[in-house]
Parts: sequence; structure tokens; C-alpha cells
Amino acid sequence: MSEFVFLFRGRERLGSAEQQQKTLEKWRAWMIELGQSGVLANPGMPLQDAAKRVVGAGRDVHDGPFAEIKDLVNGFIVVTAEDIDAACEIARGCPIFEQSGGVEVRPVASMTP
Amino acid sequence: MPLDAHLFRREYGRLVASLTRIFGVHNLWLAEDAAQEAFCRALEVWSLRGVPENPQAWLMATARNRALDVMRRQRTAASHAPELERSLQDAQSLEPALDVLFLPGALKDDLLRMMFACCDPRLPERTQVALVLQILCGFSVGETAAAFMSNHAAMEKRLARAKAVLATSRHLFDIASSAQMVRRLPAVQRALYLLFNEGYHGASAESSIRGDLCQEAMRLAALLLQDPRCATPATHALGALLCLHAARLPARVDTGGDLIALSEQDRALWDQDLVVDGLRLLELAATGPELSGYHVEAAIAAVHAGAARFDATDWVTIVALYDRLMDLASSPIVALNRAVAIAFRSGPASGLAEIREIAEVDRLSAYPFYFAALGEMESRSGNKEMARVHFGQALGLARNGMERRFYAARLAACDAGEAGVRGLEAMWDRALAGYEKMAGDRAGI
Repeated sequence: MSEFVFLFRGRERLGSAEQQQKTLEKWRAWMIELGQSGVLANPGMPLQDAAKRVVGAGRDVHDGPFAEIKDLVNGFIVVTAEDIDAACEIARGCPIFEQSGGVEVRPVASMTP
Repeated sequence: MPLDAHLFRREYGRLVASLTRIFGVHNLWLAEDAAQEAFCRALEVWSLRGVPENPQAWLMATARNRALDVMRRQRTAASHAPELERSLQDAQSLEPALDVLFLPGALKDDLLRMMFACCDPRLPERTQVALVLQILCGFSVGETAAAFMSNHAAMEKRLARAKAVLATSRHLFDIASSAQMVRRLPAVQRALYLLFNEGYHGASAESSIRGDLCQEAMRLAALLLQDPRCATPATHALGALLCLHAARLPARVDTGGDLIALSEQDRALWDQDLVVDGLRLLELAATGPELSGYHVEAAIAAVHAGAARFDATDWVTIVALYDRLMDLASSPIVALNRAVAIAFRSGPASGLAEIREIAEVDRLSAYPFYFAALGEMESRSGNKEMARVHFGQALGLARNGMERRFYAARLAACDAGEAGVRGLEAMWDRALAGYEKMAGDRAGI
């Protein structure tokens, strides 16, 4: 078993109060399901929109965000799965797809070569 | 931790009401922006971190912080607009005391204040209702437009204009002034009545949404009843009326989404808890010298609620009540309902005679129920041809799919032979053309 980071990207914030609550309920249901099936290694964190980039030799600091909205990382979680395909299967259940967003699945590099 | 259904929607009203009190009615836009932002944040954070212990407090704190942020940012960019300076100063001087201003006791007053503010006499009635729906009930512009079968752009304009009118007031409605409350209470009652009516006449593919309108009207009526100044006999009667009509909702629509007539509803599906609540409120309404139209309408609804079967309905009492209602609030629609009751009490011929006596009947020329009533009475009198004509007219005026199917079924029940079926198709074409035209008219609102 290995660990995989799910980077949530491009969530749309649109919708009425009622729709937002329904979306939230879907996320909660999905997160609870992940927790109960034991694949949630780390419930992770939501990320605020404000971002700063530290770049270059002079370590200049620039205000963000830079990426297009659809590429902006909204948050992440860490799951455990057999392999990346299995991890992607888990990611398919994420409600973010109904919000025009996506999930980037990245294997956590292991120490063992 | 699970959320109450519709928590976000209800909280929207509370947030906007409280923030508008604190930052002023001219900052209604700010209150709405802050509330919307709070929900976006909640969605982002709670989806991964879970719902907090006290979601309402979290939302209020987030909205408040957002409002203060916006005002601070505006201050740095601000020119010397005295209005803006004043409101910013107010906000800044309020900052330390802000927590006090968000106490739960204040919230109920805030909702009441906002409800009275929305029912501003400078606004048309339907606009008052739209405001109540959008601000107090947390419906989006799109959802509000759907409730009124209007389009998004038209509703957006209507709401924006209405809010601009509200913003011209120096202060939000003053609920401390009993005189003012008494004066505006009828408008608030009427807005809730109209809101309920929009939901009750529901009848569309989205009937689940429209049942919500009835719920919202009942929730706000309950709010009125919690305040001694507003809990007048008329308000109790209104509450009774809403409960008694709402009790029948579960039986009104079948699984296919089609309307079921009162005569055919399965009364076992009527919500008896609501009937009990309604009757209790009606009893509480029976005090004082004032008899309102709501009292009579509630009494009529109570008679229906008390009938175990349609053929056990006490039409004699209902007709007497409609006579009373005509004294209090005569209108062609009340007269029409009275005529229908008379038809059931004394037979279709009497009903037809009454309908012909209706004053200002031309006002009913676009009202499908008028033609449906005529069709029903002609049908029961054995005049199938006339019945067909009238149901065809009703079909032509039907406002949505559900009504169309209902009238079409009534039409089909008029012994349609082969010629009749062709007539039916012809009617259907004309009906659709009529509907397109009406949809165009509505879009112009």
C-alpha cells in the first residue's frame, strides 16, 4: 500500500445558498465514506485563495494567485491505496467534478527505492 | 455532524438582517456580499474540516469579518465621501462592541425588522414578496425568478431597483415604533399570503421547490406570531389558513407529478399535525372584534379539513362563509369560488346561474380556473359540448405542464368521440400557441 495526495483544483464557488449546502453535504458524505473505509491517511486541509510565490535567486516574493482559477489548488487530502489506478478510482467519487473542478492524484515518493 | 436541511438558506436571512442593522440599510449590498462570502468559505473549509460545533456562530463571525474587511479596504481607497466616512466610523467605533450586537436575542428582532423593511409601501406587492424570498429566505435570484415564473434578468433588475429604493431610507424599519408596526403589519401579512399562494399554486415539474415556498411562508408567519405586537387575531387567522391549506399538500400531487382535484384526493395523506395546528391557531384567532378575510378563509379551509370524504363536505356552511367573505373582500375570484361552492351545495344549474351574476367577470378572462369551473358545471349538467368548449378555453390559459395535463384530462373525460379527438388536437395546438404568448408576456416583467 502507498500514499497518494489528492490536490483539489478549480472548484467553482457559484450557486445559491441551497445548492452550496447540497454540495457541502455531498463532500461530507464522501469524506465520511473515505474515513470509514479506512483509506483516508490524512484529512488534509482546505487552502485559502491568497497565495504568495517565492521565486528566483533573490528569493523575491510575489503576490498570487497566478494560476488560472481552474488550476488553483483549493485543498488536499492524503489517501492510502494499492496503486495509482486504485487511487484514481477513489478520486472518481469526489463531488468536485460537479463543481467543474478536478483532482490531481500524486503518489507520495517513498523512501524505499 | 449533520446539518439542518436548508440551514444555509435560513442563515442567509439572519446574517443579512443582522449585518444590515449594524452597518445600515444603505449597506444592504455589503451585508449580502458578506453573507455570500461566508457560505463560500463554509463550503471550502467545512467540506474538508467538517461542520463546526456551532455553525451559525461560525457563519456570523465569518460574515462579520468579511464586512469589516471590505469596509477597511474601501477606507484606504476612499475619497472624501461623507456618507462612507460616517458608516466606516460607525463600524470602527462599533468594533469592540460588535460581539454584543450579535447576541441571539437580537437576531429575532433583526429578522422581523428586515421582513417589515421588505414590505415597503413604495414597492409593488409582488416585489415585496420577491424581496422577502430573496433576502429573508435566502433564495438566489434564479430561484426567486423561478418562484414567480419570471426570467433571471427581469428578476435581477426588479430586485436591484427594490433594494435601491430601500437604500434611500435613512434607517431600516423601526420595530420599536408600535404605530409604524401596526400600520405596516397588513402589508407583511399580505406578502406572506402571496408567498404561500405562489407555492400552493405550484403545479410544475419543480413542485418540490414550490412546496418550499409554503414552508417559508409558514416559518415567517410563525416568526410574526412570536412577537406580541404582531400576534394579532388576523395574524393567527393567517397562520391557521396557511397550516390548513398546507395540510392538503401531500395529497395534491400524484407520483407522476400531476394535480389531483380536491374531490379525488386521498385524505389519509393529509397532514393531521398541520390540521391540528391550524385549528388551534383559528381558535386563538377568535378573539376581539375584528374579523378579517383571513379569518373567513381559514374557517372555509377548516370546514374542508373536517370532512372525512369529499361528499361529506359541509357546503352549506362553506357557502355562508363565502357570503361573509364577499362582504369583507369582494372580488371576482371570491365570487367564482362562491359559485363553485353553490354548485356543490345546490347543483350545477345553481352554480351556473351564480357564475353568470359575477360582477367584473371580464377580469377573469385570463383566469383558467374560471373556464374550468364553467366546464365542470356544464359537464355535471350533462352539457358535454359546452363543457368541452370551456375546458378547451381553460387549457388555452394553462400556465404550465401540470395545469395543461389536468385540463386536457378533464377535456378527454367529456366523452370524446373521433371528431372530439381531432377537436382535442386542434385545441392542443391553439393551447400551445396561447402558452407561448403568455411565456413571452411573462418574460417582459
